[in-house]
Amino acid sequence: MGMTRVFAAAAIMAAGTTGALAQDRVVNVYNWSDYIDDEILADFTEETGIEVVYDVYDSNEMLETRLLAGGSGYDVVVPTTSFMARQIEAGVYQKLDKSKLPNLENMWDLITERVAVFDPENAYSVNYMWGTNGIGYNVDMVKERLGLETVDSWSVVFDPENAEKLADCGIHFLDSPAEIFPAMLAYLGLDPTSSDPEDIAQAEEALMEIRPYVQKFHSSEYINALANGDICLAIGYSGDVFQARDRAAEADAGVEVGYAIPKEGTEMWFDQLVIPADAPNVDEAHEFINYLMQPEVIAKASNYVYYANGNEASQEFLVEDVISDPAIYPPAEAQETMFTKTPYDARTNRLVTRAWTRVKTGQ
Amino acid sequence: MGAARKWLVIAVPYLWLLVFFLVPFFIVFKISFSTTALSIPPYTPVFEFTEGVAGLVDKARQLTLDNYLWLTQDPLYLRSYLSSVWIAFVSTLLTLLIGYPLAYGMARASRSLRPLLVMLVILPFWTSFLIRVYAWIGILRREGLLNQLLTWLGVIDAPLTIINTNTAVYIGIVYSYLPFMVLPLYAALERMDESLIEAAQDLGCTRLQAFWKITFPLSLPGVVAGSMLVFIPAVGEFVIPDLLGGSETLMIGKTLWVEFFSNRDWPVASAVASILLLILVVPIVLFQHQQSRQSEDGR
Repeated sequence: MGMTRVFAAAAIMAAGTTGALAQDRVVNVYNWSDYIDDEILADFTEETGIEVVYDVYDSNEMLETRLLAGGSGYDVVVPTTSFMARQIEAGVYQKLDKSKLPNLENMWDLITERVAVFDPENAYSVNYMWGTNGIGYNVDMVKERLGLETVDSWSVVFDPENAEKLADCGIHFLDSPAEIFPAMLAYLGLDPTSSDPEDIAQAEEALMEIRPYVQKFHSSEYINALANGDICLAIGYSGDVFQARDRAAEADAGVEVGYAIPKEGTEMWFDQLVIPADAPNVDEAHEFINYLMQPEVIAKASNYVYYANGNEASQEFLVEDVISDPAIYPPAEAQETMFTKTPYDARTNRLVTRAWTRVKTGQ
Repeated sequence: MGAARKWLVIAVPYLWLLVFFLVPFFIVFKISFSTTALSIPPYTPVFEFTEGVAGLVDKARQLTLDNYLWLTQDPLYLRSYLSSVWIAFVSTLLTLLIGYPLAYGMARASRSLRPLLVMLVILPFWTSFLIRVYAWIGILRREGLLNQLLTWLGVIDAPLTIINTNTAVYIGIVYSYLPFMVLPLYAALERMDESLIEAAQDLGCTRLQAFWKITFPLSLPGVVAGSMLVFIPAVGEFVIPDLLGGSETLMIGKTLWVEFFSNRDWPVASAVASILLLILVVPIVLFQHQQSRQSEDGR
């Protein structure tokens, strides 16, 4: 993750911890970096008298390791669904007391139902933000090399001919087999959620053909690299690509970053608010989650971070830039091609991990 | 009384070693014989001292060698170890080639200038290691300072791809570890008696012969110490290959990170770490052996 993020994280941490002594009621929140409008935290404290101790991380892996080690001391954390499903099984979280969450009525059924694949009956979690995996690209470089005005298909990178043409300006992939294999399966016209060894082998073979053209497998560096114009294409998370797009626009150095949701279908992800099983301040955690489900509050967060949220009532408060951007709130027909995938079972996970190692190392 | 005090003096460093090295290592070592599980912590069995001896024995039976077998079955691990050792070896050689003339120049500089030169070598440590490695991204990237400079000088037409390759990893390691090579070399060269060289030249040696016959052998302890200080941490390096390396870069630090964080496989990660320690212990023991032989020689 970029240095600016780390600095921002440190600043927020410093701001969050000072003054916590004066208040008795505290909620310890552990969220992604750059993922909230700080005003929301101040407003919450003003309204409820509960001090927010806010701490940030930059990867699901980091969060998971802390939770699995036990005794993290956090009251609210925000894992992504693919990780959360396993963590629920491991007994990391506690069930929500829905009588303390009257604002649940504001939530968007479409999102809540999709999340239920990971969290049966939505017993443990409430949606914070959601998005897609897709293609972040440098508009000028891709146009120059492939002659494409807009990108709308995985073929721009999964077709070896295209990948070869883009190799000189740099291609980055997420270092995550659980994201890349389903995408490749979707491109090949197979079931993206498949765990059939033959399908996995077919996807591996196709990935083998394009790997010589991939400069790096890394799950966060592409944000800076896209923004600086160092690479021309990355398979990444929608929100990260939007960040790269915004930074490139701010820097005004002639780099234009685009984001494409491939028409063959792509994975949706959901960042969920959950309470760890050993949370010290359970009541305050519920109050905080309930506060975030107020339409105006979560709209403020979306307007700030440019991610879609799972709160239907908030949509009237969203600025035009957010609600009308098809990359953030995809139209209904695009939503139909999107899929959700539960984590691989242990055996398939080994299989996929091994295949991924062969792809990354080229043998 | 005297004996008790002597024991106390010896006990402190050994206690330190026990608490901060051996105990943590045995925890890791124990996890390397466990099996992954969906629980907190994510492996089984977990030893509880409340279970009594029978319970502990029962759990000890659940320990398994599977993780070590797994390491031999997947060529990834062997290739990661070999590639790490190779990258560390080449980097050590490069730091030696660059560091030796540097240290030699420092040791031959006038006495009043030397503290300043030592200061300059230490100066980079005042900035965070992470930030210095990030700075190299800025220097080496396609539109970075180096490519701009070379293009401006007319040396190249199209920007060189250095970032995200093994070349960038070598640059990063050599840059970061150079002070660890220079300082012990400087210490060895600086305390050398210059009259030895004069004597050699009086006896008919050319300057070059005097260097190879007198200076270099006398600086060998510095060469060994510097090489160890570079080689050992470079083998397990994670930050530099992660930030500067590309898809071709295979190092054990990254492989271990992936096992631990991405695959949530603490037992296999622990096995990888245990083997890594074994690989590193060999040069450390050799180093110790050489050191103790030196002190026996009465230097």
